[in-house]
Amino acid sequence: MAGKIFLLGNDIDTDQLAPGRFMGQGIKKLSEHCLENAYPNFPKLVKRGDVIFGGKNFGTGSSREQAVEVLKFLKISVVIAQSFAGIFYRNSINLGLPAVVCYDNLHVQDGEIVDFDLKNNQLNLIEKNKSIKLESIPTNLMEILNDGGLIPHLKKRIK
Amino acid sequence: MRMSLAQKIISKAANREFVSVGEVVTAKVDLAMIHDSGGPRRVSPILKDLGANLYNPSKIVVVSDHFVSSGTESGEKILNFTRDWVKKNNTTFYDSEGICHVVLPNKGHLRPGMFVVGGDSHSTTGGAFGAYMFGIGSTEMAGVLATGEIWVKVPKTILLNWHGKLSKGVMAKDIMLYLCGKLGMDGGKYQAIEFMGQAIKNLSINERMTLSNMSAELGAQVGLIAPDNKTADFLTNIGANPGNWKNFFTDDKATGIEKHNFNASILEPQVATPHSPSNSLPVSEIENTKVEIAYIGACTGAKYEDLNIASKILKNNKIHNKIKLLVAPASLEEQKKAKQNGIMKIFEDAGAFILPNSCGICAGYGAHRLDPNIKCISSTARNFKGRMGDKTSKVWLASPATVAATAIFGSITDPRDYLLN
Ligand code: SF4
Repeated sequence: MAGKIFLLGNDIDTDQLAPGRFMGQGIKKLSEHCLENAYPNFPKLVKRGDVIFGGKNFGTGSSREQAVEVLKFLKISVVIAQSFAGIFYRNSINLGLPAVVCYDNLHVQDGEIVDFDLKNNQLNLIEKNKSIKLESIPTNLMEILNDGGLIPHLKKRIK
Repeated sequence: MRMSLAQKIISKAANREFVSVGEVVTAKVDLAMIHDSGGPRRVSPILKDLGANLYNPSKIVVVSDHFVSSGTESGEKILNFTRDWVKKNNTTFYDSEGICHVVLPNKGHLRPGMFVVGGDSHSTTGGAFGAYMFGIGSTEMAGVLATGEIWVKVPKTILLNWHGKLSKGVMAKDIMLYLCGKLGMDGGKYQAIEFMGQAIKNLSINERMTLSNMSAELGAQVGLIAPDNKTADFLTNIGANPGNWKNFFTDDKATGIEKHNFNASILEPQVATPHSPSNSLPVSEIENTKVEIAYIGACTGAKYEDLNIASKILKNNKIHNKIKLLVAPASLEEQKKAKQNGIMKIFEDAGAFILPNSCGICAGYGAHRLDPNIKCISSTARNFKGRMGDKTSKVWLASPATVAATAIFGSITDPRDYLLN
């Protein structure tokens, strides 16, 4: 599915994704404040299938799962980053949102249209007619993602 | 192939000869620990939704500690829910015997080379016994309880090498607060921290537990210490089998290792100012800050050794008349031992209040929660705003020695002054 890129910097923390002061007010309210400083108007601009492309240490901070839930709520299709904070990465996979490592952020631009190809581990840059390579997701995590997250994955296994 | 201690334990749990750093593997869990707060009440609805049974009740340990003596009706309900769940599910259960991270190892559940998960962020404490133990949330825990497995990304290892010798009155807590200040609360990068060096070798098992426990404050997944003779003796003494502990250490020149060196000999007692453990300073820089409550409690600050050193400082001293000293021994067993050795008597003579063996005000519960504007010095692990009571209360973190000395002097002070004479 095609979408546009939201290019972000290093160290996007869980408080920027799901601000602590709106915690406990529901995921909709939280999502209205997602990335309000790092990318003004993000919740209004984002559309189904769009892609986040962050720098190093994406999702650093607390263990709150809401940091992933807001991105799912806003219909982001994948979070790509040069590296992820450990707990965010765990939460993202377990909640069924693909988190993919890509070291090369020099060849993508904010707002450009891309097609995320999970099967072939690549990001197709539609306008440039090029593609960049993504690190592959380990097979055991792919199974979780394909099932839509840990809970549906377990349901399938236990059945 | 050369491997770090973390790699060795994970490869064993994943039933593999070798695992490389960065690889994601599925590991079999040797033990899962849950407590009354994040445990039964949270996992049981998820398990129900999954239609799953426990994979192996004998590998699950439940501890009630958070809501013990919370003094609330909802707390009592949660405790009763926990008791019912345990009865139904036939797991091992320690009810109101102390804080999970202290009860678990004291009962011999944690041994070198084990791969363990806990439903609490300070589950890193297991690292002190050479176990790969980390905290997970309730959803993942439900998955573990149902399947006995969890995925893990093989971490890099950050070696924190402490050479030299700690001076008398300087404790593991001071090492940890210093590290929080130096490396920051994400200095551990969710990788494996491993403590090593002469100063770590010299530490007692209790003191090592403090380091592993607060590796959570450094943002590490685990805080390991390679088992040695002390570990083996500790386990043997409590009737547990230390197993082939000699196999578990980081090989020379293993890959993915980052090493930092520190000199223990020049370390001063540390105090973290409100509201973060990373705000740590040498005690000399904030001496004379006035507080009203001194708290010796929590998994990281009221184990036997903690009580012992605090009592040495309090012996033959009275608490300052403007200070209330609260002591909540981390477990029933530690309290018993402290009583036998005259330690509890010293606390009582000095004028301390003894609180139940539970998380208590560290988790923000009980009759002694901090009131508005109260200033408190505490041997706990976290001083986040409002954690121990009212939003306007303030908490300084320090070693139990520094807390005890402060209780006598009336404002924050260096415990070494009381140990010299
Ligand atoms: S004593 Fe404090 S840090 Fe330890 S388990 Fe209880 S609430 Fe957590």
